[in-house]
Amino acid sequence: MELTGAQILLESLKQEGVKHIFGFPGGAVIDIYDELPRYPIEHFLVRHEQGAVHAADGYARSTGKVGVCLVTSGPGATNTVTGIATAYMDSIPVVIFTGQVPTALIGNDAFQEVDIVGITRPCTKHNYLVKDVKDLARTIKQAFYIASSGRPGPVLVDLPKDVMQARTEFEYPKTISLRSYNPNYTPNRKQVKNAARLISKAERPLIYSGGGVISSHAGEVLTRLARRFSLPVTSTLMGLGAFPGNDPLWLGMLGMHGTYAANMAVNNSDVLISIGARFDDRVTGKVSTFAPRAKIIHIDIAPTSIRKNVNVHIPIVSDCLNALKALEEDLDELSGIDWEEKHSAWVKTVTGWCREHPVKYEPVGKTGRIKPQYVMERIYELTKGEAIIATEVGQNQMWAAQFYKYHHPRTWLSSGGLGTMGYGFPAAIGAQVANPGKLVIDIAGDGSIQMNIQEMATAVCYNLPVKIVILNNSYLGMVRQWQELFYNKNYCATCLDTAPDFVKLAEAYGAEGYLVEKTEDVVPVLTRAFASPKTCIVDIRVEPEENVYPMVPAGASLTEMLLV
Amino acid sequence: MRHVLSVLVENEPGVLSRVAGLFSGRGFNIDTLNVGPTLEKGVSLMTISTHGEEQIIEQIIKQLRKVITVIKVVDLSNARAVEREMVLLKVNAADHNRAEILRIADIFRCKVVDVSVDELTLEVTGDQGKIKAIVNLLQRFGIKEFARTGTVAMRRSMQL
Repeated sequence: MELTGAQILLESLKQEGVKHIFGFPGGAVIDIYDELPRYPIEHFLVRHEQGAVHAADGYARSTGKVGVCLVTSGPGATNTVTGIATAYMDSIPVVIFTGQVPTALIGNDAFQEVDIVGITRPCTKHNYLVKDVKDLARTIKQAFYIASSGRPGPVLVDLPKDVMQARTEFEYPKTISLRSYNPNYTPNRKQVKNAARLISKAERPLIYSGGGVISSHAGEVLTRLARRFSLPVTSTLMGLGAFPGNDPLWLGMLGMHGTYAANMAVNNSDVLISIGARFDDRVTGKVSTFAPRAKIIHIDIAPTSIRKNVNVHIPIVSDCLNALKALEEDLDELSGIDWEEKHSAWVKTVTGWCREHPVKYEPVGKTGRIKPQYVMERIYELTKGEAIIATEVGQNQMWAAQFYKYHHPRTWLSSGGLGTMGYGFPAAIGAQVANPGKLVIDIAGDGSIQMNIQEMATAVCYNLPVKIVILNNSYLGMVRQWQELFYNKNYCATCLDTAPDFVKLAEAYGAEGYLVEKTEDVVPVLTRAFASPKTCIVDIRVEPEENVYPMVPAGASLTEMLLV
Repeated sequence: MRHVLSVLVENEPGVLSRVAGLFSGRGFNIDTLNVGPTLEKGVSLMTISTHGEEQIIEQIIKQLRKVITVIKVVDLSNARAVEREMVLLKVNAADHNRAEILRIADIFRCKVVDVSVDELTLEVTGDQGKIKAIVNLLQRFGIKEFARTGTVAMRRSMQL
C-alpha cells in the first residue's frame, strides 16, 4: 500500500519503538501533525522548540533510548540549535525532525525557509535533507542507527513539505549497511593485556571515568572492577552516577570544581585509567601538568578523543562496556596478586584526603541566609539519592554535583560540554515523561530557570510533577564568582535583583509555588513539595555571595585549588 | 610538515561543506583541495594538502574518518606517492620575449594552449617544486593570470 511521507515518518517512528515525542507544529509540518493522532505516539507540546530538544535529551539521558523531537521549518528549526549543540557536546542520542519548505522553493528565500542542514552541520553527528519520499524510510532508519550507535549524538532530518505529501510504497528497512560508518565496539586484546599488565605494576592506580561509561551501560561492570581490584574512582561531571557516590573508593568529581581528594589523586597517581572521558579543559586544568606522574590508559569509542588533548600510553578504541569486561578478564588472569593488600597504602592515602578535605562550606555566611550546599545535602537525605536530578548551569550545577551523592547511572542530567543555561527544566520534563513514577528535580538558579521558564505550561498541561528548586541568590552566581575572584568584584551585568515572584509565577501557570527564607523551613517545605502530585517551584533564598569551592582557576594546575 | 591526504567520500550534497567546515571549525589548515568523481558512481575523491604537527595531522585524519560520508582516508605522506598539480598561466609575451618564454616552456615540458599578439597561455604540470620554479622564471615577464588545480596524488605501486 502506498503511504504519504507523513505516514511513512510516523510508521517508521512506530517501528523504531518511539512512544513519546516532543514538538511544536507549524506550516511546514502540518501534514505530519494531521496524521499524528492516528498513531500510538504521545506528543508533548512544548512552548519553545529549544525545550523540545532538551526534553528529548533528558528523555534519552534518563533512559538510554533515543529522544525524538519534531519542529517546523525556519524559526522552529533555528530554535533547536542550542539543544542540538548541547546533545552533541555530551554525545546524547537525539533525532530531530524539522519541517522544510517544499523542495521547489528551497533556495528561494521562501517564507520560513532556513538552511537548517547547513546550520547544524557542525553540531550534529550527521544530518539529512530528504528530497525524495522514496528515500524517507531508509533515511529515518539510518538516523536512528547513527544517533544511537558508536559515540552517540544528535541526528537531524529535514523534511520538505511536498515530501511529506508525496506517496510511495512503504517498507521499513530491516538491516542497515553504511560502508563509511562502522564504529568499533571491541577492544584490541593485546592492548587490553598491556593495560592489565600496567595496572598490575601500578602502586597508585586511579580510574577516571566519564560519560562514555553511562552511555555504554558500563556502570555496573566499572563498579565491580573497581571494588575487586581495589581501584579508587573519580569521574567527570558527565560520569556522575556510574559509580556509587557512597562507596569508600569514590573520591568525588575531578577538575575545576572537583574534590581535593580527586585532584590530588590525579596528581599523584602512577597509572590513570581513563574510561569514556575526553580530557576536557575543565577536567585537566593546565594540560602540561595534568597527571604528571601517570602512565595513561585511555579507553574510548571515539578515536578522535584519543590523543586530542593529552598524550596517552595505551589507547584502546572500544565500547567502554566491552573494554571493561575484557580488562576484568585479563586482570583475573594475573593470579597471585592480593589487590586489596597491594593498593592498601594508596587507598589509605586517598581516603585520608577525602576525610581531611571533604567538600564543605561554612554553615553560616555573611548575611545568615540559607546555604545552597545545605539545601543540596537535605535534598540528598530526603530522596536517599534515588531521585533524578537535572540541573541548570552555573553554581547550582556545581553544588548539585558536589553535595548530592549519585548512586545510579542516568539519574544525573546536566549540560556538561556546552554548559547550556535553561537545559535543566525541559530535560527534567523529558525525564519525567520517561520515568512517570520517579521523583524528578531540577536544581536551578534564579538566572537559568528564566531561560526556559515557558515550559511551566508544558509541565502543568501534562501533569508532570517536576520539582524546580531555585537556589535563588539574585545573581548570575558563577559569573559573579569569577568577577569577585578574578575581576576585582566588578559585578557588571550579573545582578538579578528584579526577578519575578516565582511563587506567583508558579501559581499563574497552575503549579504550586513555595518561598523558603529560613534554614529551618528547608526540610518541611521540600518534603511537602516532593510529596505533591503537582509541578512545583520551590524558591529558596540563599546566601547571595556564596562561592563554589574547591576551585581551580582557569588554566591553573589541578593542585592549585582554592579551598573553603 | 606538509601532508597530502587522499579522502574518498560519498558524493552526496554537502559533502564538500562537511569536510571544509571541519577544517575551518577546528582551525586546521587547507593548502590545496581538489575534488572530482571517481570511476565508481556516487563516490568522489578529495585530495587535500595540509600542514601541521604530527598530533594535528593525526587529529585531522581521525576527524575526517568521523564524518559519516567519508569512506576512506589515506595519508600519502607515509608512502611513496606520485604528486601532480596543473597550472594555467597567462604571461606577457611581447615579441622580444617570446622566444625566451617558449624556451623555458620547452625546458619544463609545458604546453602552449593559447596565444595572442602579446600573451601566451601555458599549461604546466608537475609537483609543487616544478611549479614554483617555472613561476620564478616567468615572473619577470609579468604573469597576468594564474589558475591552479591543487595537488592530486596517488600511491606508487612499488613501495621501495
